Amino acid sequence: MIAGATVSSYVLGIVMALLTLVVVTESLRRRRMRERHAVWWLAAGTVALVIAVFPRLLAAAASLIGVAVPANLVFFLSVFVLFFVSIQHSSELTKAEDQNRTLAEEVALLKARVDALSAPSPAPERIADAPAEGPEGAPLFGAASGDAPAR
Amino acid sequence: MHATLARTLIVMPAFNEEESVADVVSEVYAKLPGVSCLVVDDGSADATAAKARAAGAEVLRLPFNLGVGGAMRAGFKYALANGFDNVVQVDSDGQHDPSAVPQLLAELEHADVVLGARFAGVGNYAAKGPRRWAMVMLSLILSRVAHSRLTDTTSGFKASGPRAVRLFAKHYPAEYLGDTVESLVIAARCGCVIRQIPVAMRPRAGGVPSHNPLKAAQYLGRAMLALLFALIRPAVPLPSVEAAV
Repeated sequence: MIAGATVSSYVLGIVMALLTLVVVTESLRRRRMRERHAVWWLAAGTVALVIAVFPRLLAAAASLIGVAVPANLVFFLSVFVLFFVSIQHSSELTKAEDQNRTLAEEVALLKARVDALSAPSPAPERIADAPAEGPEGAPLFGAASGDAPAR
Repeated sequence: MHATLARTLIVMPAFNEEESVADVVSEVYAKLPGVSCLVVDDGSADATAAKARAAGAEVLRLPFNLGVGGAMRAGFKYALANGFDNVVQVDSDGQHDPSAVPQLLAELEHADVVLGARFAGVGNYAAKGPRRWAMVMLSLILSRVAHSRLTDTTSGFKASGPRAVRLFAKHYPAEYLGDTVESLVIAARCGCVIRQIPVAMRPRAGGVPSHNPLKAAQYLGRAMLALLFALIRPAVPLPSVEAAV
């Protein structure tokens, strides 16, 4: 055991690592977390558990890399994982926002189309003739109804 | 068989398949008289949807790419909403021969999910190295879970009966490998009967399967992880007929 570590801190390390693993696994089981998000937490939890059980591994790794205080290696790795996961979340959030926006646009276009189709007068020409464009310039209704050019 | 075909929906997930989708749709209509065909355009940037429509298929256009699992769930929902009993997934790249569909449907009399298996003696499809080990290992474990001998669990050529269609319309996973591995675990856990019949596969119309051992090893790892996650999850209840839609 490394210097200064007591039995209680040894046990605390193991319990916290196990707790992390249990919480993540349980979220995964209940489908409250998707696999690709869970993987990093599971990896971090597993490393934490290994280090908690065998603290000498940490001391060995620290001296191998040249980190004077083993605890600093833990802080470095923790920050690294948190940083990485934050970046992943930011990019996923951006993607989700983009998709949300695309959906809102599609709904608005569909609503306009439904309104036009359900109007009593033969008014829908304007919408039918307009080159209805999808988010990436793809025709939204083109070949479906045959009333607008596909390109 | 014609009566069964009329109650069957062929679902083709298609992502940028403008080269092949029209031919596959035409072949489906030619070989399976009376069947309905739905192409789910999974956010393609090319003319997939227009080509499929021109060939006579119904088309669902997803506003962005959801992956095969997402596209298939949309297909199952469409089938449920339009009163189809069976759904057969056929790839839009032409590697599945539609003339095998009646055999899949016949086997559906005794099962909820029928897989068209590539390694079961018919045809000459072969995979090598780690990719093959991954497939063998998946098959061994899934055979135990499903209480049925399955040799090709990653096949995309699948028929689902009425119970499975109701289940999958709600619970078809969109995760990587979810559409093959996890969907089978979900079905088996619900008490669905899963069978396989041997089918011949044709070479893919475009592109060749990767034989990079590193990629294969990665595939093995991800497949095992997907299987592990699927297995630790609790069973979902089989939706009743009334609760459907």
